[in-house]
Amino acid sequence: MSIRIEFDGQPLDGRDGQSIGGILLSNGRRTWRTAGGSQRGIFCGIGICQDCVVTVNGVEGVRACQRTACDGDRVEREVRA
Amino acid sequence: MSVRRIVVIGAGPAGLAAAASAARAGADVVIVDEGERVGGQFWRHHPALTDQRLQHQLGRFRELESALGGVRVLSSASVWRVESGAPLRVHALTGPVDGAERRAETLEADAVVLATGAHDRVLPVPGWTLPGVTSAGAVQALAKRDGVSLGARTVVAGAGPFLLPVAQSVAVLGGEVAEVVEAASIGAILRGWGARAWELTAAAGKAGELGSYVASLMKTRTPYRFGSAVTRIHGDSSVEAVTVQRIDADWRPVAGTERTVECDAVALGHGFTPRLEAAIQFGCDITPERFVRTDEQQLTTVPGVFAAGEITGIGGADAALAEGEIAGLSAAGIRASDPLLRAPVAARRRMRAFAARLATHAIRPGWTGWLDDDTIVCRCEAATKAAIAEYSAASSRGMRLATRAGLGACQGRTCGRSVEDILGAPSGIDRRPVLSSVRIGELAAHRPTHPLIEEES
Repeated sequence: MSIRIEFDGQPLDGRDGQSIGGILLSNGRRTWRTAGGSQRGIFCGIGICQDCVVTVNGVEGVRACQRTACDGDRVEREVRA
Repeated sequence: MSVRRIVVIGAGPAGLAAAASAARAGADVVIVDEGERVGGQFWRHHPALTDQRLQHQLGRFRELESALGGVRVLSSASVWRVESGAPLRVHALTGPVDGAERRAETLEADAVVLATGAHDRVLPVPGWTLPGVTSAGAVQALAKRDGVSLGARTVVAGAGPFLLPVAQSVAVLGGEVAEVVEAASIGAILRGWGARAWELTAAAGKAGELGSYVASLMKTRTPYRFGSAVTRIHGDSSVEAVTVQRIDADWRPVAGTERTVECDAVALGHGFTPRLEAAIQFGCDITPERFVRTDEQQLTTVPGVFAAGEITGIGGADAALAEGEIAGLSAAGIRASDPLLRAPVAARRRMRAFAARLATHAIRPGWTGWLDDDTIVCRCEAATKAAIAEYSAASSRGMRLATRAGLGACQGRTCGRSVEDILGAPSGIDRRPVLSSVRIGELAAHRPTHPLIEEES
């Protein structure tokens, strides 16, 4: 079954049960955060490194590799110094 | 005697075995795990998304899962604080990962089994913050949980047998493995794994699993380089190539041996580091090798607190299963002389002989030779090798405050051990007052039935 999330206003399709990180990666997005002046995305994949955090439905600091995506989730990039 | 209340933290092989055996022995068991499904990293899966070729020992998993009938399973639960004493206390938050309105719960127990596992140790290398570079575990987790691969052509590099299933995952999902790069030399591997080979016949299941990975690599004609490391990752906006270089027995790069390998993804894994936070917060004694000290019954130095699996020494799933079973039975009050313990104690002995071989791939101090001064070591705070080295004479606290190394979102989980290698001394970075990310609002809403320990407030 397919679900659709919104990433910075763009619709992205994923499979039901995938993590937000999994949907971003399978749509060719490798990075969705800026840290220390460089682009970051998934690094550890198991919830340890915090490099993949996004804002989900207005809540900041959600690990994209750990959060199972729900149909209609609104996902936004985060920028840190 | 009243029924023993047992809380098991972690639902990987060790935790599942502990919960199942404690329940079988008549205890009242709760298993707490941060995942949505039990299985831990080894049996990480999604019923609809996981390719079955990536799963091992599924029979054992189903068996343990079905033995959880009388066990309360608390999934999607982050343990953020534990307290020693009688009763022992485990504070958890349950709900969508990193959500704003998770449910708080405090579990009280006569015994706790810590089975918190381990995560990849990844050594920094120039360019490792580029998009497309991940830990080896990430490749495995994304393949199993999401059915997703990271790149078309991947270099898998680091040390130890875990590189094999990672390479297999890439191939199963249709990617190409450009090379597998192993730091241990072929000579060291033959000496380490070949000596007293009869000890390994008892671990035949493990050998068979390794054999299947080797066969899969041979089928795809994947080059396997020994005594080598990825010493630089190249690219502008994402990975384009790596430098593979020979390293000596101490893992120092050998000048003049550089080769360039084109790729669009790099998976790095230099072994595993145990997740010790809960054990440290309970006050358990930690060995100089940074594992939880346990006795023959898997009991730690803290009354009622047992430990099993990778936090007592990196040994793989079979060792974790045996230790978990011993810990669960012992926590439930089964005596050491009971015949129930014979089989798991024998299995633990066999698997330790296997686990001892992993020392062949242990990180050697020369690796810091492949860092540039401006290589980022702490990814969260972009703290460089030069900045950390500059404070090598300062106190651990002074160094951290000056450089911010280890003070970012991951709290030194990714960089802590590397920082220690650069400083040449322990940094105390894995003593964390809060065990997992908690929102201020969640903390503010916390109504302890028992006051939190005052000394840390």
